[in-house]
Amino acid sequence: MNAGSLNSSGTIKTRSHYPLQEQFIQRKSSKENLDRFIPNRSAMDFDYAHYMVTEGNKGKENPVLSSPSREIYRKQLAESLNMNRTRILAFKNKPPTPVDSIPHQISTHNQDTKPAKSRRFIPQTSERTLDAPDLVDDYYLNLLDWGSNNVLAIALGSSVYLWDATNRSTSELVTVDDENGPVTSISWAPDGQHIAVGLNNSEVQLWDTTSNRQLRTLKGGHRQRVGSLAWNNHILTTGGMDGRIVNNDVRIRSHIVETYRGHEQEVCGLKWSASGSQLASGGNDNLLYIWDRATASSNSSTQWLHRLDDHTSSVKALAWCPFQGNLLASGGGSSDRCIKFWNTHTGACLNSIDTGSQVCSLLWNKNERELLSSHGFTQNQLTLWKYPSMVKMAELTGHTSRVIFMAQSPDGCTVASAAADETLRFWNVFGAPAAATKAAPKARTEPFSNVNRIR
Amino acid sequence: MAARTVAKDIITLRGSAAIVSEFFGYAANSILYNRGVYPEESFVKVKKYGLPMLLTEDEGVKSFITNLTAQLSEWLEAGKLQRVVLVIMSKATSEVLERWNFSIETDSEVVEKGVSREKSDKEIMREIQAIMRQIASSITYLPCLDEPCVFDVLAYTDKDVAVPFTWIESDPKLIANPQMVKLHSFDTKIHKVDTLVSYKNDEWDEQ
Repeated sequence: MNAGSLNSSGTIKTRSHYPLQEQFIQRKSSKENLDRFIPNRSAMDFDYAHYMVTEGNKGKENPVLSSPSREIYRKQLAESLNMNRTRILAFKNKPPTPVDSIPHQISTHNQDTKPAKSRRFIPQTSERTLDAPDLVDDYYLNLLDWGSNNVLAIALGSSVYLWDATNRSTSELVTVDDENGPVTSISWAPDGQHIAVGLNNSEVQLWDTTSNRQLRTLKGGHRQRVGSLAWNNHILTTGGMDGRIVNNDVRIRSHIVETYRGHEQEVCGLKWSASGSQLASGGNDNLLYIWDRATASSNSSTQWLHRLDDHTSSVKALAWCPFQGNLLASGGGSSDRCIKFWNTHTGACLNSIDTGSQVCSLLWNKNERELLSSHGFTQNQLTLWKYPSMVKMAELTGHTSRVIFMAQSPDGCTVASAAADETLRFWNVFGAPAAATKAAPKARTEPFSNVNRIR
Repeated sequence: MAARTVAKDIITLRGSAAIVSEFFGYAANSILYNRGVYPEESFVKVKKYGLPMLLTEDEGVKSFITNLTAQLSEWLEAGKLQRVVLVIMSKATSEVLERWNFSIETDSEVVEKGVSREKSDKEIMREIQAIMRQIASSITYLPCLDEPCVFDVLAYTDKDVAVPFTWIESDPKLIANPQMVKLHSFDTKIHKVDTLVSYKNDEWDEQ
């Protein structure tokens, strides 16, 4: 056949040069990926192809092999550009754009972030490690807090130390007497000046950190150690081993204004919502309570808003979502290992994720929809989760024992974690805006200077 | 071929227009579902063309497609429709990511003289079924639409068509250097519909 002879002569021509190379080059440079073309006999234009092979080349100046797809493209181009013959019309009313319905949120969420910013680099190692000797390895305590003044407070044994993140200086605030100690909880007041120190002897001390002076001692609220503290303006809420939760008005002499009774065992998690209207409390009795500030009566025991018994282990880790007022994340202990999400208005459990390890503490990222959890056996890791998909974004390992406490810097970028391995580590896990890069150490003169001693 | 001799079915221009416009309705629904332009749960399953087809439940999309097919059917009966293009664009950038191109060849003799043709319903359905299967399977080779998308429909008509009140003239919304895959076609003997999907070249293949 004529076509065959022409074809073969063409190949002979190319073969006389570089047999293999030529073919490769041809394939590479070809703009159409012919292997992606799904053959369809009716679409092949065999008649046309036959014509091109047999007759078409005769009169043509450039014997370009025309592929069916290129031909279609050319036809399409010609037709679409040929405005004289055709009119292109579209509806004035555009179809409705797809709404981001709630179940669809997961995928749109990913889609939203993808084009906006490339994946943030999350350092896998801690930025700084400090020694924290005598840190009490007790799941039910709360011994780490980062104040709005950018000073980190940590209780080691019977002492409270302050570490100023701005100039990285360490100072000792107080060492309580051995019969009163150890310190079982600390919490910065929102002003960043005052700090509440809960003690093993059921008392709570209030300190002014600017003058290093004790202001007052709150007594009589509890009969056992005070393991959890939470501020709501001038109200200091204390949770005790006796299962009681007490609202203390720190301005007035008879400071006990309300008592919340519900827990039957030690209260280890205590957090006010950002609006200050709801209090979440978790206890060793595996219960999570939501209390409403507005319905709290001034005299006696107050009824809870919700009593949530879904966790199967003690509930210590609590975190209110910064971008959704009624969303609470809670984490269960070693036999539960779940992070649960709650709508605190309705008491509905929105999601539950088994993390595979006890959840010691939870922190929301203030800048992104992310949640950080700290864990114990087996990895002793910090896990960063995307919310609401709960895709693991990072697992930060380094601690060699369970990470019982976490605290977030006031700019929301850095997280401090204290573990039973008696170290305090700082992680730049929540992104690094300008403020965070400023805070990062410029140069390390000594090879081991990043391991500072707190005392 | 055998089917044609067994059952001699008469097809009129009106009937052909109805088949073709109905086909567009189902094809558009199928594309919107398979390409994930609208959430999966907004579609319901119906039986059509011997296949399970998915139809949107979204009132807005539904009425859009209904209005569209009604207008297309009118143009098809007049023999003025050359092509229908369903364009999928990025919601954020309005970049055209995919173009589903249905070109229509109309038998002018039928339109002018009002004669009818012969082709069995069954055969046409079988041809449409093949296209629908191809649309559903297209997800295997089309690039992922990993961002929120919107769609639009363009109708290519003859120049002498009066623009209906609800329509406006548009640009062709072409894709630069596209990949193209031609699907099956079907023919009612009055309207021949060729289906072709063109899509943005994957950057992967460029290297």
